[in-house]
Formats: sequence, structure tokens, C-alpha cells
Amino acid sequence: MFQVQRSPAVHDVVVIGSGAGGGTTVKVLTDLGINVTLLEAGPMLDPQKDFKEHVWPWQVDHRGSGPNAESYFGKQQWGYWNAPNGYWDVPGEPYSIAPGDEFKWFRSRILGGRTNHYGRISLRFSDYDFKPQEFDGLGFDWPVTYEEMSPWYDKAEEFIGVTGTHEGIRSAPDGRFLPPIAPRVHEMLVQRAGKKLNIPVIPSRMAMLTKSIHGRAACHYCGQCGRGCRVAAAFSSSQAMIFPALKTGKLTIVNGAMARELLVDDEGLVNAVSYIDKATRTEKQIRARAVVVAASACESARLLLNSKSTKFPNGLANGSGVVGRYLTDTVGYSLGGSVPALENMPRHNCDGIGGMHVYIPWWELDKKNKDFPRGYHVEIGGGLGMPQLGSFRGAAATAGYGSSIKEAARRQYGTNVSFAGRGEMIPNENSYCEIDNTKVDRWGIPVLKFHWKWQQYEIKMVQHMHDTFTSLIEAMGGRGANRTFDPVASISKGGEIIHEAGTVRMGDDPKKSALNKWSQAHEVANLVVADAAPFNGNPDKNVTLTIVANAWRAAEHLADEMKKGNV
Amino acid sequence: MNEPNDVSRRDLFRIVGTTLLSAELITAQDAKDAHAGMSMPMSPNGPKSLNGGPNYIPKHFNANRFKTLRHLGDLIMPADATSPAASEAGAAEFIDFLCSRNEDLANTFDGGLAWLDEYMIHKHGTDFLSSKPAEQTAVLDLAYGSRGGSPEVAAGGQFFTWARNMVVDAYYTSPVGVKDIGFMGNTIVPAPFGVPQEAVDYVLKRSPFGA
Repeated sequence: MFQVQRSPAVHDVVVIGSGAGGGTTVKVLTDLGINVTLLEAGPMLDPQKDFKEHVWPWQVDHRGSGPNAESYFGKQQWGYWNAPNGYWDVPGEPYSIAPGDEFKWFRSRILGGRTNHYGRISLRFSDYDFKPQEFDGLGFDWPVTYEEMSPWYDKAEEFIGVTGTHEGIRSAPDGRFLPPIAPRVHEMLVQRAGKKLNIPVIPSRMAMLTKSIHGRAACHYCGQCGRGCRVAAAFSSSQAMIFPALKTGKLTIVNGAMARELLVDDEGLVNAVSYIDKATRTEKQIRARAVVVAASACESARLLLNSKSTKFPNGLANGSGVVGRYLTDTVGYSLGGSVPALENMPRHNCDGIGGMHVYIPWWELDKKNKDFPRGYHVEIGGGLGMPQLGSFRGAAATAGYGSSIKEAARRQYGTNVSFAGRGEMIPNENSYCEIDNTKVDRWGIPVLKFHWKWQQYEIKMVQHMHDTFTSLIEAMGGRGANRTFDPVASISKGGEIIHEAGTVRMGDDPKKSALNKWSQAHEVANLVVADAAPFNGNPDKNVTLTIVANAWRAAEHLADEMKKGNV
Repeated sequence: MNEPNDVSRRDLFRIVGTTLLSAELITAQDAKDAHAGMSMPMSPNGPKSLNGGPNYIPKHFNANRFKTLRHLGDLIMPADATSPAASEAGAAEFIDFLCSRNEDLANTFDGGLAWLDEYMIHKHGTDFLSSKPAEQTAVLDLAYGSRGGSPEVAAGGQFFTWARNMVVDAYYTSPVGVKDIGFMGNTIVPAPFGVPQEAVDYVLKRSPFGA
């Protein structure tokens, strides 16, 4: 007879997901002496084995194409060299998309989740980001102000380590920064172009250590943070939070555990997590005094929606009906151009930290008569990067065959400067996820169905990005701007920037929100959500720093409530 | 940067063998040693040549086809005053390996090389490898001409594009290519990071902003 294995022990806190939110929760709770059991759907991480840092392309037979030439056939989901991170298409774990809509859902199945490879851009949300209704009448106010959140940003920055400088720009609040990193040559050109166009170009704010803190080594400037950093100079929740928590003896990790449902008792409190043990394909249950869900915005919504009971017929903590709603992602658009001034530049090592050393914070906050609300920041690419498959195909295509190929490649190497706009999406009624009742994944868990619509706000912002990037490229004497530009065709697909947020939103009114200001479910006192699902908006500042700050705050509050006996 | 020595090498093994495998955070000192250790495969820039030589046993192609591919690669990217030809980048070996792993790719190269030999036999009475140098370059002139390929070789067009792309890819992902292009990274840089003034001056002088 089939039997579900239910552990007799009641664990203090079960955390579901080990990315930025789960990692922070684990760190904070174990530091406070609370026993934590962490469920991760993927395997354990071994940085020495899993990270391909410092490997040259020729050190593998396929040089990075993938062992079966995947990159040559568009079948490589993510670069070969990157840290194990997850995929757009996870085998056996499909999702549905409403007819006519487009959405891409990135899932990570590894200890540390997406923090092993992410861009590590670490920007505070601003005062108006927490009160957008007050600011311009659009979106939803958070039940938290910037002033309330600021001390948690301090803690987050001081712990993970963020580079930066004090600039006094309202859209980009200053924080507790490590020393900034000097710009590369192409970035100096962008700084001068910005000066000419009245656009601020300031040192980037990145979670890489320009000096050693908390026993983590300082950066050695190999620029390969995306491959995972063996010495954890680039932040990841796995290395900086979870491995140290293991040392306390307060943490138990259960890998290969795909959460299926949260079970409730007669009083409507969560009393156990049901999960599929992937190795044996059996259902197991783990009893808990409190549960923190940090499975990523959409997975967390899916888990709650799949947790139906007599008491919660619409899914757990979903009396308001907002779970899955108001799904947002960042607005993305990129443009690059070739800058002749950089041709044949004297060669040098400009690896630095992985990603940009300077960036452009939103600079038109006070401008009247814009045709879109809020704004975007700009990330800058370029430099003398490590050659990869494809790096010089463009040069070769213009050079026929013979020695002219090498000449073209030498001349063009490092001349491309690119700009990536990362803008705010206003939450809307037509972008959401729900359970697709006609389909389950290989574990038998009902899958999500996505609905996605950009509004004119976002489309018009992309036009502004294109015009700005063209001006910047031209100011540097560059060329390459696309003359026939269609913003509708050029805007990123929903989910593509991998900043999903908003699906289990917080608020003061239980009729309009699922969580209170501490990310604790209004209807279920011992349930906390600690990823980007609680966000009431998705400002033009990447989500991770705010996930860490908000999860830290939520975890301390949970610990406090447990101590008081309220949970 | 110091060259790695036996001490750092030993430390690296210690770190790899114990600390990290037991999933713990390493200390700053251990990390410093690991930094030194990790520089080992980087200095010098790998083997001088990736050419498998005359005794290389192809994984996918027969011996003659492999020789044809290696020769074609050297015509696409020949040696010049600065750097050697594509065969030193192991271009044919790279394509051979991937053809042994991917049927679509194998079909492209098998078909393309067969077409090329047929074309040459029909035109000159000998296969590509046995043809005169001028006959060989004549077909490449047609394939890679400024107008993007002559109709006469259109049937081989897709193959020529694949061949150039993969030869160029192989070249710049090899030690000779990395050296030729002048990539100087993938190493350990002591803080603080900075770029040389010479490069800054060179670019600013050439830019609209002036020095």
C-alpha cells in the first residue's frame, strides 16, 4: 500500500528555496539560534567541481559549445561557462502560456539558486518606489516606507558587500558601500558622452568584494563572476550564507526536494510541507512550527495556489485572490555600437569585476511631460573580453577569407560598446500566473499558466531607451544604431530579464493583499514569503538586494514572534 | 603577480581536497592561496599548438576528408607575419570532434566536403586536396566573394559559411588566437584594478572628446 512518509519530529522552521530570500532567511534564523531545515529542489553545490572559473576555451574539446555542439544549433539554454543555474526549459517541468501571450520562465535548481550566477547589480529601491501611488498615481503603495527599509538595506549591504560611491541622487539612494572600482577605457568614453548629454555615469553598485569582509576573499578581478566564484569574492547565497550556516549545526539541508503543497491544521496554520523526494519519486512530509516560502516569485505563488483545503479553497493565504496576480518583470532593451576610437587600442587586461564598472541611474525623475512613468537604469558593456565561440564571426563575415580575417578581428576587438536599459514595469491586471488545471509536471504537481501584456508605458520607455543609447553611441563617434526601430518588436519578452516579482503581494488591507508588512500571511500567522513575490512593484533596480533586505527583516520578525509565542 | 610555487600548489590541493568539498566557506588566507593556485593553468597561455599532427586519428572523418578539412582551414585562416594558421589552433580537430557528437553538423561537413571534391573533379579532374593552389583559391574566391557567394558554388554555400564560422571560432578559442588578438586577462590581478594610461590616452586622443 502507498504510504506517505511523515517525519515525526516537528522542525522549528522549514525554508523552501535557497536563493537570495531562502539563503538570507537561513542565515538570519540560524544566527539567532533557531533550527532550520532547508528544502532545495536541486542538488547540493560544490563550487570546486561546479564552477568553471578560469578555464580556457581550449581546455574542453567543445570549447564552450556544449558537448554536442548545442550552441551551434540554438540549443544551449545558457552559456556553457556559467555557474550551474537553471534553465528556461527544465526537463519534465513544463508551464503553459495563454494563447497569444509570450512569457519565459527561468527556473534554477541548485543550492544557491540564481545567486550563483546573477549579475550582482545591487541597487536600493528609492523612497518613491515604496509609495508609487503617492508619487504619480500608478501602481500600489507598499506597507513599508524607505525609511523603514533603510536599516535593512544597511544590513544587507554590509553583509553581502556592495561597491559604490555617495552621489546624492534620489532615484539611486546611497548605501553602505565598499570602495568603487576604476572604470575601463570604454567606460571613460561613456562618462564623457554622458557629460556632454547631461546624463550621470557613476561607479557601479555590485556585490563583489573590493576588499575582504566576513572571511571572504577580496576580488582578484578575473571578470568571470557569472561562472561562479570559487573564493566567494562575488556574493552567492550558497557560499556566503548557507555554507557558514551549516557550520553552526543549526541547519539541515534536504536536496532534491520539490515542494508540492503546504498542509494546514484545523486552526488554519501550516503544520507540514509535502514534497516530492526526486531521488525516490515519493511524497514525503515534514512537520514544521513555521514555514518560509522563498521558491522564487512564481514558484511561491504556484505552491500557495496548489495548497487548497476546505479552509483555503482558493489556495493558501489567498482569501484576497491576489496570489499569482500583478506579476511583473523588468523592461529590457539593449543596443550596441562600434566605436572607431577604440580600434587597435593598446592591449591590456580589463577583466575587472564581471559586468560594468560604471552605470547610469535614472536621471529624468523630475522631468515634466515625459510620455511614460518612472524610468530605467542603464548597464554598460564592452572591453577586451576573453574570446569565445562567435566573438569574431561578425568580423570574419566582412573579411572574405585569408589574412584579412585576422586584420578585421584585430581592428574590431573591443570596439563594441553596448547599453542595456533596465526599466520599471507598472503592474497590470493582464499579467499574472494561475494554475493550469489540465497539466501536471513529472512530479505530478499542477503547473502554472502565464498571461502577459506590456502596456504603452513600457513600450514608450523602450523608445526612450533606443533614442538615448543612439545619442550616447553617436556622442562617442560610434556607429551601428538601427534606423528602423520598432519598440513593440524590440521590448524584451516577459520573464526574459529574470526579475519576476509581485505574485504574493504585501499590504495593510487583507482584502487586497496576501501578506502583512512583515511578509507574513494575513490569514496564516506561521507562514512567511521571502523572495520577490511580496513586492508591490518592480522598480528599475534589480530585485536581489531588496529580496535580501526584506527577507532579513521578515526573518527577524518571525524569530521575534516565535520568541513571544505568537508563532 | 608571483609565479605559482610549490607552497601555493600544495595549499591548493589542501583546499580542494578538504575545505571546499566539505562545503564550507574558505578563509581569506586560504582564498589567497587558492588564487595563486588557480593561476597555474593560465601561465603560460597553454600549449603552443593544438595541431594533432600527422598521426591524429579523426573521430568522425576519414583520413582524406580530415586532411582536406585541415587544408581548407589553413586557406580560410593562413599564417601571417604575426601568427600561425588555423591548423595550429586545432580547427579541424575541433570540427571533427563536434561532428562526431552531432549528426546535423556531421551531415553539413560530410555533404559539403563531398560536394567540394565533386565540384573540383568535375572542373579540374582532381579532388580539392590534389588541385593546384590557384584552383583551390579560385573556388574560395567564388564562395567568399564580396557579394556573398557566386551562384556557381551556391550548392556549397551553407557549408562554406559553416566552415568559416567554425574555423574562426576555433582560432580565437585557441592559445595562438588568444595571443594574436592580444587578450591579457583570465589571471589574478592584485587590487586595486586599473587600466594603463597609455590605452586611455590612445583612445581619448582618437575620440570626439580629445585628450
